Amino acid sequence: MKIKRRDFLKGAAGSMALLALDRQDAQARTVQALPPEALGILYDSTLCVGCNACMTACKKANNMPPDFTDGQDIWDQPIDLSPNTLNVIKKFTNGTGETKDAEINGHAFIKRQCLHCIDPSCVTACPVSALTKDKNTGIVSYNKNNCIGCRYCQVACPYNIPKFDFNRVYPEIVKCQLCDHLIAEGKYPACCSVCPTGASLFGRVSDLIVETRRRQQMVPGEMYDFPVTSIDSDTTHKYTAPEYVPHVYGKEELGGTQVMYMSAVGFDKFGLPAYPKESFVSMSSGIQYAIYKGMVYPLVVLAGLVFMVKKNKQQEDEKSIEKKHDKKEACHE
Amino acid sequence: MSEARPLGGRVFTLTFSICLIISGIALYFTAKRFIFGIGSVANLNDGYPWGIWIAYDVVVGTAFACGGYVMALLVYVINKGEYHPLVRPALLASMFGYTLAGVSVFLDIGRYFHAYNLYLPWQMNFHSVMFEVAMCIGTYILVLWLEFAPTFTEKWKLEKYRKFLDKIIFALIGLGVLLPTMHQSSLGTMMLMAGFKLDPLWHSSTLPLLFLFTAVIMGFAMVVFEATIASRVYGLGNETEMLAKISRIMSWVLGFFLVIRLQNVFMRGEMGHAFSGSFLGNMFLIENFLLIIGFVILTFLRNNLTPRLLFIAAIAILVGGSLFRFNTYIIGYDPGTGWKYFPSVGEQMITYGLIAMEIAAYTLFVKYFPVFSAHDPAVSTK
Repeated sequence: MKIKRRDFLKGAAGSMALLALDRQDAQARTVQALPPEALGILYDSTLCVGCNACMTACKKANNMPPDFTDGQDIWDQPIDLSPNTLNVIKKFTNGTGETKDAEINGHAFIKRQCLHCIDPSCVTACPVSALTKDKNTGIVSYNKNNCIGCRYCQVACPYNIPKFDFNRVYPEIVKCQLCDHLIAEGKYPACCSVCPTGASLFGRVSDLIVETRRRQQMVPGEMYDFPVTSIDSDTTHKYTAPEYVPHVYGKEELGGTQVMYMSAVGFDKFGLPAYPKESFVSMSSGIQYAIYKGMVYPLVVLAGLVFMVKKNKQQEDEKSIEKKHDKKEACHE
Repeated sequence: MSEARPLGGRVFTLTFSICLIISGIALYFTAKRFIFGIGSVANLNDGYPWGIWIAYDVVVGTAFACGGYVMALLVYVINKGEYHPLVRPALLASMFGYTLAGVSVFLDIGRYFHAYNLYLPWQMNFHSVMFEVAMCIGTYILVLWLEFAPTFTEKWKLEKYRKFLDKIIFALIGLGVLLPTMHQSSLGTMMLMAGFKLDPLWHSSTLPLLFLFTAVIMGFAMVVFEATIASRVYGLGNETEMLAKISRIMSWVLGFFLVIRLQNVFMRGEMGHAFSGSFLGNMFLIENFLLIIGFVILTFLRNNLTPRLLFIAAIAILVGGSLFRFNTYIIGYDPGTGWKYFPSVGEQMITYGLIAMEIAAYTLFVKYFPVFSAHDPAVSTK
């Protein structure tokens, strides 16, 4: 009996060592690569004039109901992403708010929507593959026919994007799917096709990344061409180049995203958190993979457990039979 | 094997009736939730998609229900046969604890009609921690009922089934030890994905190990808690000696837990945050203070352990362990952007109702089925 207990403890110590080793495994797991045909949006805050045309177009294209927030049920006035709103333009203001794209006494706009992560937490989190990432376009889309409504995607999303209408009897998860139904028809996402200034620019992520480099090398104050709607469109507008902050949000955050932001004010001003390059997904699934890969460890442990239980149980049953015999023979009580 | 006997006695006691009333109120809110939606009952929102239905009913509730797991581990795997009388009552509590956790999941998930997707092989996402937890808990509920089934076969004298069960019971017990080991640690892995939303005092890669440890110590503490109350209420005699022995094991596990927990927070340089006087820092201190009280009683007073002290230690561990889990799932969780959450009355009532149902069903079962062993001849039923 003593030996058995020691064996058990050894096994337990072994599995603990395994857990400790997992941390290295977690780091070793490579971040998922950008799909070759990945599509995305480059949102340039300096070009955005806050007209909200993209918000209206988004509602129309996706059949989303209006959000009434001012007490009068007349205008669609979302204040943030909601179960009715997949895309929202928000404004940062400081002091008098006079100068556009200034951090002091200025204002600037930001577009919030699903960023279509390269290594999306929600897709890894979803137990029933209701959220999937397209192998070619990299678009993260949602299928309500599979969703069980557990809301782990909401907990997992580092940008708080997926929404869920708790006031509906049988709700679903709501988030931007990059208008994949329009892309399938050869069209552009609604927000990009209506954007008058080219602030929301659709295109292949690889092309968009080249574009971010071009913009960052522009001399502030000089005139440049800026494409409208899509990176490969013929329409361009001429603008004076702003002084961009030397950072493209989404290029590297948590493994990178397919929707990226450029701005002349710091991204922290928009409430966008500063993130490391490694995603939280790779940390947790690294641990999960190491333990459950091919179910080898669990099955080995199960075999060991069943073996020991069987042995101990037999001994015990034999003992109790003996005991009963003893009782009968002794006739005591 | 079976020296267990039904306790008999009056069913409609005061406790039982109060439990029924609370369950009734909970049923009202449950109906409301299904007719008008989650929002009509709960304060859940897009910032806090998980509230007490997950944090208490599932995460804390299943830890409370780990008594069956730890007793099976102790008796059948480590082969400590002397604790056998404690197995069945512990299994019974686990069975109800897990079953009601499973029920509460159906109240919580928004699209319950689609839950079958979990069982469609082409929909399964093997990378999802949620998937693993859902599968393990679902299977474990079934295993618990089967593990407990000998009680039914004894009561109703189903000889054929009894023999069949006897043949496979060792496999069930084996599964019954493996499954909680898997999903209790995964409940910790689950919150790793929350990333920056979870305060660094709780967000650590040791979460899976810490959750497994709390499951074990809370399981043992629950066995002590139940046995103490049951022996008082049903006059089963003094079990302190056996419980004191269990407490020795508990003090080891708890000691390991505390070393890992505190060392990890030290290493990541978060101790300053813990003692900063902030709300979360204080929650961390309370949580660990309670566990340390339990540890001190079990370790340093082990030779003078009275039933009262043991009971206090068990409660300190249960509350401290629950707080650790609450902190990880709700209190230490902040998605930013100003979201707030506090459970509504209806939400709380459903949780209280589940606890009440558990107690009512437990008291009913021990009177009808052979659960408790009259191991102490002085008080054996006449």
